[in-house]
Amino acid sequence: MTGILPVALEEATKIVQALLLMGKEYICIMQLHNPISENILKDVINEFIGEIYQRPPLRASVKRQVRIRIIYYLNLLEVQSNLALFQVGCQSGTYIRKLCYDIGEALGCGAHMKELRRTRVGPFIEDQTLTNLYDLVYAQAAFTEEGSETKLRQIIQPMENGLTLLPKVYIRDSAVDAICHGAHLAIPGILKVETGIKPNTILTLFTQKGEAVALAKATMSTENIMKQDHGIAAKTLRVIMPINTYPKMWRASKTRLTKKQI
Amino acid sequence: MRPIPWEVKRELLIKAEEETNPDYGCIPDERPIKDYIKYGVINLDKPAGPSSHEVVAWVKRILNLQRAGHSGTLEAVAGETRL
Repeated sequence: MTGILPVALEEATKIVQALLLMGKEYICIMQLHNPISENILKDVINEFIGEIYQRPPLRASVKRQVRIRIIYYLNLLEVQSNLALFQVGCQSGTYIRKLCYDIGEALGCGAHMKELRRTRVGPFIEDQTLTNLYDLVYAQAAFTEEGSETKLRQIIQPMENGLTLLPKVYIRDSAVDAICHGAHLAIPGILKVETGIKPNTILTLFTQKGEAVALAKATMSTENIMKQDHGIAAKTLRVIMPINTYPKMWRASKTRLTKKQI
Repeated sequence: MRPIPWEVKRELLIKAEEETNPDYGCIPDERPIKDYIKYGVINLDKPAGPSSHEVVAWVKRILNLQRAGHSGTLEAVAGETRL
């Protein structure tokens, strides 16, 4: 299997969990075990769009428990004798091998996955940023042997590029370090907010310079965030930025101070 | 039907305005190379054969990293030649 495999380096591994929320796209060749008319194949494939129940295959890295996955789209591109080429957009955790097997069962003839290429993970697609391991070796050699950063900077992207599909909230400099210490996001710290946020939406907190500060779970909708002048807007889930990147502009609560004094 | 994550359009609303202090933090594209790598992601085209975990291990070795991670295994097909 080939295709898009975003690799997060060092501190950027903290955003991997966010990438799992953003869906994937594959192109797949399915081997049918008996010839089937293209019309029947199309009809059956269409029934797999939307919510499907899927039990992970025998060789799987998760518990083999039936779970619901969403198939956003499933397009039959070409049929040649017993081979079917299709494109599928789906939620993370959908096993395409199992999807092929289940389509085969629904058809009655049986089928299995023959070839698979991932064409998208969240915002990462097959564009000019797509890199192979050879490019990476050359870029690293140019850096260590000639001190040239150019190629490495072309291949590696800031982790923030991986977060573009989550709703963004831009916060004040003065709110950054408190968030880095795990505080929740209070309304006065917010400068800009994107539309489409509802309670429980996972979002990213950004500085005005466009640096990711943390992943957070909204406790208010976009509309409420715009209206309110106090209260907690989002609960911090995963801090990305190291503490002390921005100055400490907050104080521990009085109760904590008293405890310390005792 | 849930919307396709990469087709959702969002608008940025302004609640308050403030200048950011240039003395702290850094625009992601302008990070010094060490930090640029430390907070970096590679859009890698996984070759056929090795597992996703092996490929990540190679990236770590090529760049001399302590840590690297990927999002979601692209498993090897049964019968696929492995290196």
